[in-house]
Amino acid sequence: MDEPLIAIVGAGVMGTGISTLAVGHGLPVVLVDIDEGVLDRAAAASANGLRHAQLTGALPAGRTPAKLRTTLSLNDVADAAVVIEAVTELPDSKAEVLAEVSALVRPGTPLVSNTSGIPIDEMAAWVKTPGDLIGTHFMNPAYLISMVEVVRGPQTTDNTVESVISLLTRMGRRAVVVRDAPGFVTSRLLHPMINDAAQVVSAGTATVEDVDTLMQGCLGHPTGPLRTADLIGIDNLVDALEALYARTGDERCRPSELLLEKVRRGELGRKSGRGFYNYSEAQA
Amino acid sequence: MTPEQQTEKAPFDMDAVVDEITRFVAEQTRTSPEADQDLFTTGLANSMFAMQLVVFLEQSYSVTVAGPDLQLSNFRTVKSMAALVGRLQAESAAGSDV
Repeated sequence: MDEPLIAIVGAGVMGTGISTLAVGHGLPVVLVDIDEGVLDRAAAASANGLRHAQLTGALPAGRTPAKLRTTLSLNDVADAAVVIEAVTELPDSKAEVLAEVSALVRPGTPLVSNTSGIPIDEMAAWVKTPGDLIGTHFMNPAYLISMVEVVRGPQTTDNTVESVISLLTRMGRRAVVVRDAPGFVTSRLLHPMINDAAQVVSAGTATVEDVDTLMQGCLGHPTGPLRTADLIGIDNLVDALEALYARTGDERCRPSELLLEKVRRGELGRKSGRGFYNYSEAQA
Repeated sequence: MTPEQQTEKAPFDMDAVVDEITRFVAEQTRTSPEADQDLFTTGLANSMFAMQLVVFLEQSYSVTVAGPDLQLSNFRTVKSMAALVGRLQAESAAGSDV
């Protein structure tokens, strides 16, 4: 059977994780970035991610992983059945990439923007066929977490929604489709909560560990909000909070001083070896 | 409990490996596990920590965990991890004799 090619633009944590998910389910991926070093690291991280997914039983048994090809050329997305944009969470960067991609692919090719909270319709003006544009919000690591928030913009067509759900199903994901709004559902609820958790720590009410332990033990949160912040990346979290604050005016979304301080010190979470917790090299 | 000091290339010392893995888990989770405690059902480990255990064993004992060995049941307890290391080292020693 001829598997559809998935193009993923942006080889950061999310682009790499989604690539790993796709190839792990037997779907070939072309992964595009502007930085060769980033692509090399992504290829290594993806190989490691496949092992992680296998270890935790997150891959279908007996399926041979498909090929992950990395490239510096955005033109290589032209033949893809679907393009997933996973660049930095800045509307301008996303819009620029989406505009370029939109000019390269056939109309009717789903253009997926992976975002934790930028409204899809803000980016729709940049693409040639706004009906093809849709949002996803994969969780990190994308190859382990089976639920995906899918965001339908006001102009997104039924065909686009159906194609993307079908693709997600093929990759063993469950989708919940929500409407377009700043932060959609998950970030609108989670990000202010993490921000509050940082405030609780700053106020001296409880330690980082105790906040997470209480949220796990009493409220069933799988890892605790501050461990989640380390996994998201505190810089990305601050960007997302600022984007939410700018669009909602909700004071709970204004990044707390402790988060900003961590970003200034380069304590970005798991990816930098230190955030709210310390991570040995083996963990990063 | 104290493993004997071995000056020459040590044969696999189960007790020492159990101690080392226990120390690593204790450092990372701030809880000292029993050797046969299920780290996953007792909440000490999760899917993220599982991969750290793999990397720790590979780096500490110069083994590669691959193929069918890459499954959670091998990492459930300190004892099962030590057994895996022992087996992989024996296999690689046998392989290098050929």
